[in-house]
Amino acid sequence: MKRIVYREWKLAPQRYWGLLAILGIIAAIGGLASWYMEHHGHWVTGMTNQVIWGTPHVFAVFLIVAASGALNIASIGTVFGRKIYQPLGRLSSLLAVALLIGGLLVLVLDLGRPDRLIVAMTTYNFRSIFAWNIFLYTGFILLVIAYLASMMDRKLRCYYKPFGFFAFIWRLILTTGTGSIFGFIVARQAYDTAILAPLFIAMSFLYGLAIFLLVLLFAADQDQRPVGQAILNRLKNLLGIFAATVLFFVLIYFITKLYKAKNYELVYFYLLGGGHYTLIFWLGWILLGLLAPLGMVFHPVLGQERRWIVTASFLVILGGLASIYVIIIGGQAFPMSIFPGKTVLTSDFYGSIAAYAPSLPELLLGIGGFATALLITAVGIRVLQFLPESLADEEIDPHFSVKT
Amino acid sequence: MKMKDKVQPDRRAFLSTAAMTATALAAGVVLRTVAQAEPRSEAADDSVRYGMLIDTNRCAEGCDACVQACNRENGLDLQEKPEGAEDGKWALQKAQWIRKVQVQDNLTGKRTNLPLMCQHCEHPPCVDVCPTGASFKRADGIVLVDRHICIGCRYCMMACPYKARSFIHQVVEKKLTQTPRGKGCVESCNLCVHRRDNGIESTACADACAAEGHQAILFGDLKDPNSPLVKALERIASRQLREDLALNTGVRYAGV
Amino acid sequence: MANALVRGCLISASLAWALSAQAAGGSFVVPGSKAASEKSCVEPTAFMRRNHMEVIEHQRDETVHSGIRATKHSLAGCIQCHVSRDSNGTPIPVDRPDQFCGACHRYMAVRPDCFGCHATVPTSAALPRQPQGETN
Ligand code: HEC
Ligand code: HEC
Ligand code: HEC
Repeated sequence: MKRIVYREWKLAPQRYWGLLAILGIIAAIGGLASWYMEHHGHWVTGMTNQVIWGTPHVFAVFLIVAASGALNIASIGTVFGRKIYQPLGRLSSLLAVALLIGGLLVLVLDLGRPDRLIVAMTTYNFRSIFAWNIFLYTGFILLVIAYLASMMDRKLRCYYKPFGFFAFIWRLILTTGTGSIFGFIVARQAYDTAILAPLFIAMSFLYGLAIFLLVLLFAADQDQRPVGQAILNRLKNLLGIFAATVLFFVLIYFITKLYKAKNYELVYFYLLGGGHYTLIFWLGWILLGLLAPLGMVFHPVLGQERRWIVTASFLVILGGLASIYVIIIGGQAFPMSIFPGKTVLTSDFYGSIAAYAPSLPELLLGIGGFATALLITAVGIRVLQFLPESLADEEIDPHFSVKT
Repeated sequence: MKMKDKVQPDRRAFLSTAAMTATALAAGVVLRTVAQAEPRSEAADDSVRYGMLIDTNRCAEGCDACVQACNRENGLDLQEKPEGAEDGKWALQKAQWIRKVQVQDNLTGKRTNLPLMCQHCEHPPCVDVCPTGASFKRADGIVLVDRHICIGCRYCMMACPYKARSFIHQVVEKKLTQTPRGKGCVESCNLCVHRRDNGIESTACADACAAEGHQAILFGDLKDPNSPLVKALERIASRQLREDLALNTGVRYAGV
Repeated sequence: MANALVRGCLISASLAWALSAQAAGGSFVVPGSKAASEKSCVEPTAFMRRNHMEVIEHQRDETVHSGIRATKHSLAGCIQCHVSRDSNGTPIPVDRPDQFCGACHRYMAVRPDCFGCHATVPTSAALPRQPQGETN
């Protein structure tokens, strides 16, 4: 194996600036959408006093979850000592930070009073998992930057292992924290279970990797840098394993829920009778988001083709958004049981499935967060040495041997 | 048991006695209001815990006097539908502190009416989850939002088992001095906190219910063994909503 | 940090300027308000000019968290005394740029967000509010 050479992204200027302009415009539209929401108030969105968190939260949680997952590739290289992943560590770390910033931006811009962000940074209630998350997020960004420095600066090389290890532990805690935002909500039946933490961790592995794969392949493609079959095979196999893991935890989730008779209606709601939530669950999350990609990456022929790996990654991301939608919006739409054994007759507020329709500004804000993350990544790989010159098998695979 | 027998020798006589005492009490309240209307100068402390008993047997179908009174008292009726908002959605977006609910028992078919509002839990989930500490429980048990540090994240609304909280979805033009209100913060029933601090003994909803002749809402101090509220709680079987969560709510319901 | 410093300097400079203007006889107290017929504010005038924000903000926490309402420092109290009335006796919002709080704040280029929530005119002081009480 040779020494890995990293180089800035050498895209032709028109192409590069064109890309930045597109991402910048999408991000700016997101910013405008949030300004519109803040200026008028949240009545212009689909959110109500019943469905309290809407599409912005779907995107924000997705990005935050994916952020910690994107770091996985670096962790596998550092913590588990897999040499072949090490050249990808830099991109993986950069993407993790970028996705987290994108997600947090969406979260903050959806606040009722974003102008009081300073309050959130200075006044804490330490009983709140939300307050802890503020530390987890800022800590994550700082830690990953330190980790990156240890990868990129020879003098800091000695910290590579400890930083990598610490960042790995931190990301596990971070995703647990994100899952717990929901897991600790005892009031709502769809949440109120510790399973949400490992489910979120599994989802983070999957979604982070899918985004990583797409960004890597796109960036390498644009710059004519080779990506060998060895690394590609490993990444796509990982994708499949993670998809299977998520599937497993979804199953566990429902089994746990079914254990209590009071949750029968909830399970029925998700799996059969929940209208479009059921549809999004089966079609969006399970079929397109998990089973289809599983089939593609493990298919003996298709699984070897790049475009199928790319398709699988895209589907994972779409399915990922669907999964968070089902969890966040569906979980709120399902009526809380305040009067067990009784039926609510008159009330347009209690006892029935709450209505919610995403509004355009919410959607644009969420997509803006995506664009911001990609913008940061695009600038990052352009100005700093994040991308390896070549990921061809003979460059990075320690087990490489010339096959005949 | 002995005590109770003395107070109330016969169960059947109880209802009429209760009605009478309640009426007398209501009158008393008015008198004391005049006599005691002095703003609080010492910090509220935990020698009292405010709460309510809602006797659903007395809560009338179709009556929303408590809701109307609350809306008036707390300026909720001053909210204006933003131009261009859809009616249906707006009904779910505007702030509302009390909602009337009718439920039917699946087994017996018995129908029950009740007002639902913030239950002023001893262990409020909304307070636990609030990242900035804007949601808090005052020493005297009232659960409130300090809207000067509320960032509008709505996590408290996610956590509330009663859906009792409202987010202000709109710019508010008209407001009362006693209940400021503005876009982007969360609020809910505060047991008429301005009345508490100004020496008025009752809440707007309880007064309105009494004025309708129903007396379904009894407000008082849960820590005072001689308060009519505690006496009533001793006499009438009541329960907490979502008892399973062990929140020890300050609002109790009889007949559900 | 640097921003805050610059802003602080600007404000003290403009405050000093405003104060000298005051010394020359100008006052932000508006005719027609109760304050116009009173001799002094709730604290010495010079102190209030500089420190009224701390005074109100301290009171705010006392009131919201401890319920203390027997005070001369309440925001409601400021408005009650400083609000002006038009010829019909209708109170004029205090944050209007030609009114007490509004005029000075505009002059000083500060924009407290308080009146996004707080009423700018006294609403019926009697508790509980009468259904037909002033609402604006
Ligand atoms: C009882 C009536 C009254 C109340 C209540 C009151 N003020 Fe005043 N205030 C006055 C008077 C009278 C003056 C003018 C004093 C003077 O001319 O020296 C004044 C002056 C001021 C000034 C200086 C104005 C200038 O032109 O420089 C400020 C600032 C001020 N008040 C703020 C407040 C604030 C803030 C509150 C609430 C905490 C408040 N006042 C409550 C009566 C009142
Ligand atoms: C998001 C809405 C909101 C904003 C913005 C807001 N307040 Fe308040 N304020 C309230 C509420 C609600 C109360 C509680 C009223 C009560 O219990 O009587 C309150 C109470 C107060 C009180 C105690 C009551 C009184 O009249 O004295 C003070 C003082 C106060 N606020 C000052 C301020 C100041 C100063 C600002 C601006 C820097 C401000 N507030 C901005 C909502 C707001
Ligand atoms: C004499 C001029 C003057 C008058 C009159 C005045 N203010 Fe101020 N006010 C200021 C200045 C100057 C500041 C900014 C101080 C700073 O930022 O350090 C300020 C700041 C404030 C703040 C804090 C704002 C923030 O963003 O922290 C509040 C609250 C406030 N004023 C309330 C009032 C109210 C209410 C009135 C009317 C009753 C009033 N003021 C009248 C000069 C005035």
